[in-house]
Amino acid sequence: MGVFDPIIELTKGLGETFRSFLTEKTVTYQYPEEKRPVRPRFRGRHVLKRYDNGLEKCIGCSLCAAACPADAIFVEASENTDEKRFSPGERYASTYEINMLRCIYCGFCEDACPTEAIVLGDNYELSFTGRSEAIYSKDMLLEPVSSEDMLTPRKVDAGVFTRSVPEMKDPTD
Amino acid sequence: MSKQVNLTINGKQVTAPDGLTVADAAKLAGIDIPVFCHHPKLEPVGMCRMCLVEIGRPVFDRATGQPVMENGQPKIQFMPKLETACTNRISEGMVVLTESEKATDGQRGTVEFLLTSHPLDCPICDKGGECPLQNLTMEHGPGQSRFNYDEKQHLAKHVPLGELIFLDRERCIQCARCIRFQDEVAGEAVLGFDERGRKTQIISISEPGFDSVFSGNTTDICPVGALTTVDFRFGARPWELKAEASICSQCPVGCNTTLNTRREAKAGGEIVVKRVMPRQNEEVNEIWLCDKGRFAYHYTEGKERLTKPMVRKDEKLARASWDAATKFAAENFTANKKDFVVLASGRLSNEDLFNLKSLADTVGGESILYSDMSGGELTQLVGVGAGTNLANMGKGDAILVVASDLYEEAPIWWLRVKQAADRGATLIVANPRQTKLDRFAKYTIRYAYGDELKTIHDFEKKSKISDEFAKANNAVIFYGSEGLGVSGTYGLASACANLLKESGHVGKANNGLVGVWQRANDQGAFEIGFRPAEDLAKALKGKAVYIVGADPVGDDPNLAKALKNAKFVAVQELRETETTAIADVVFPAQAFTERDGTLVSGERRVQRFHAAVPPKGDSKPDYAITSMLAKQMGVILQSASASVVFEILATSVEAFNELSYEALAQVTEQWPFVGRNDMYYGGTTYENTKGLGVQLIPMAQAGGTVRIPKVRKEAALRPKEKELLAVPSNKLYDLGVTVRTAEFLDQRIGEATVSINPATAKKFDVEEGQVVKLSYEGVQAEVAVKIDETIATGVALLPRGMGVAIHEPVVARVQAKSASGKVK
Repeated sequence: MGVFDPIIELTKGLGETFRSFLTEKTVTYQYPEEKRPVRPRFRGRHVLKRYDNGLEKCIGCSLCAAACPADAIFVEASENTDEKRFSPGERYASTYEINMLRCIYCGFCEDACPTEAIVLGDNYELSFTGRSEAIYSKDMLLEPVSSEDMLTPRKVDAGVFTRSVPEMKDPTD
Repeated sequence: MSKQVNLTINGKQVTAPDGLTVADAAKLAGIDIPVFCHHPKLEPVGMCRMCLVEIGRPVFDRATGQPVMENGQPKIQFMPKLETACTNRISEGMVVLTESEKATDGQRGTVEFLLTSHPLDCPICDKGGECPLQNLTMEHGPGQSRFNYDEKQHLAKHVPLGELIFLDRERCIQCARCIRFQDEVAGEAVLGFDERGRKTQIISISEPGFDSVFSGNTTDICPVGALTTVDFRFGARPWELKAEASICSQCPVGCNTTLNTRREAKAGGEIVVKRVMPRQNEEVNEIWLCDKGRFAYHYTEGKERLTKPMVRKDEKLARASWDAATKFAAENFTANKKDFVVLASGRLSNEDLFNLKSLADTVGGESILYSDMSGGELTQLVGVGAGTNLANMGKGDAILVVASDLYEEAPIWWLRVKQAADRGATLIVANPRQTKLDRFAKYTIRYAYGDELKTIHDFEKKSKISDEFAKANNAVIFYGSEGLGVSGTYGLASACANLLKESGHVGKANNGLVGVWQRANDQGAFEIGFRPAEDLAKALKGKAVYIVGADPVGDDPNLAKALKNAKFVAVQELRETETTAIADVVFPAQAFTERDGTLVSGERRVQRFHAAVPPKGDSKPDYAITSMLAKQMGVILQSASASVVFEILATSVEAFNELSYEALAQVTEQWPFVGRNDMYYGGTTYENTKGLGVQLIPMAQAGGTVRIPKVRKEAALRPKEKELLAVPSNKLYDLGVTVRTAEFLDQRIGEATVSINPATAKKFDVEEGQVVKLSYEGVQAEVAVKIDETIATGVALLPRGMGVAIHEPVVARVQAKSASGKVK
């Protein structure tokens, strides 16, 4: 081994660093100013979805609460009327709460939902200063609407929204 | 014991009583045959085809009548096609295959057919989670359907059959369980099928819709979510509910119930009762519950519940500590020891009544039962014998119902008496007016109000009716308080008791006297020593009164006057009432849903109820409040728990001697099986796991001396020309504290009415619906006129508990208020 060998090796290494500095993209993000987009199947904070007409997809069936292994979800249902309609069909969730401290983001609620109302979104920035703050109520979870007239509850024509669960397609199609 | 039949089901040797269907025999042997339309309490119809099985029967030689043998075994011939297990009765040597390929194929096909028009909206269906169709589809259904989804029928999902029950036409599978229940069990054919084929639907054929007090039961036996109650609609999912055993506190039948509870955001995060379900007790309510018991539990909730003790200060009730309130009351009661009166009602449990009685006795005060009906001391002597079960009464037995409209006063007794009559028991109904039970009676006796005693005494004379009654194998008399007050009912009870004693119908099971009391635990109050007062107003005037679980001020203006002149009034209640408003001290008590205790039913069955929800505010159980008050008065009473009080009660009251909470919690297996994992079979009625209760042994059965005082006839009231004889009757849905809080019952409660004969109406020139002024004994009241042909002329029938109080027959004057004073 020659006297210069370590210097050669060192220079080689520094050369590699220099090369990647010039040719490769940076992988670090300047969080929180700069945010890295999440993967399509990322499981973040829940969102309660709406149909295109603004009606809530959630029908208050409580199957998410039944599926939840952490017992984080509490649902209470009430009856819809055409005068005061929240969701299609007879039933809607009058109370919907998720305790984010309990939630383990397993996504079972998504799987259980018969109307694809609850979806784990891409928001992972959850921090609280108190336990009660960790309980997300329905108005916090519900998707915002684009216009005023899409808000729920609202008056609708009688006899139009009679189905709670969307029409099923023939599985053979 | 009936004849036993041997058969083989799925290779298992089964022995079952003759006459059972294959489906029932299999269930008894622990083999599940799926059913929808079949119900063990209903006649088989074979409508749904779910129970298809292979049935083989031994072949008999026509010539010899001997079974044909094959390889040393009897030759079994199977029918070429599947048969329904629910319509075939078992026979000797039968071979049944329920799980063969052929049978399962048939069952799978039936589910596939049923689902062609079922919406499968299980997520929003109230039955989801306890649904026979859901469960049997998972177990026996095909994985997929060969039918086209697009051809599913879309029908109305919100059809009110009455104001209490809703029908979802899509979910209905046309099993007719509801129709058959109403026809066969309740005897009120108010439901029926309309249209045919795929258009078949359930409709109500009565006006008003679903006019029956048993309507809630149809939701229990409905195998799908087609029938739902207005009370529980979308209330909660079944799996989220907790269950606790209880006893219905609305009438003396003592139906076993289960309270389903859940923490609720609407109720401010409190744990509340979401629904009341029947709990099986084949000797009391079988698997049924009336609508009052099912829906009128709401009085235990709400803002009007008392939560803190209150003491009157400067004319106003102000919150006080338990210590201060009990001390204040104790000082006043001690100062008026001679005038101390305890007025308690049959809404209280035995433990409460026992502590109250102990306090009154120790201090030297009086203890009065708040009731218009007497005779409980006689039912202690000749009440129905231990082991009584109305379901065992039938041919050769007799049931006499006198001065009571069981349908309005104790619906489940009505149901069971009616069924006994269906089985062949001689039903004799004696009442001054027509009641719903008349239809099932073999003999109907009409007497004039005031002739009750004479009617019973006439049974001593020879007649067809009295002969049949005297010769009956078993005889039970139900006596009530229609048209009678405290002394009248006592007279009637003694006449009935004498009749039973003389005809030898005492001291045995299925024999004896039953009081149709106004409240759930009146019988218990009699056992513990409470007696009603003949003139309550007089008994309260100028006294220091401790009122527990009663609202005399709200019920009767005369009692209100008497209490205004009382020295001191302490009231122990659940809710704000007109009596708490005039009280000097108010103690908040816990409702029966919040504490433990026991009640004695009219058939003298002691049954336990359990705490299902946490208590409201600072309220305490009645027995504990009494104990606190007693302590301040220098009397030591037990209050550690209901069971401790019951132990003392059991040693002090002779009839309760052998009883303990453990004894009351005993359960024996009951048939049919309900409420297990197989809800398709018996419905969603809960299985009884918390005790069937114990029936007290009447003196006549225990072998003691039975001396029944003879009561002479009282002078009947004779109204003058311009007057009417006003008589009290009892109504199921009234304005009492325990009913009126359930808002959806408003329509059934109605308004204060006076029922009179058309001729009487003509005489006084009043018409249906007109509001008239009724005056009697210094009281004036406004009531709406109801014309009823079944009421005798010159008589005005006033239902109790509708704000116009008469305790016994009185002479009244009617004055038309104004022609325009009509109400709807």
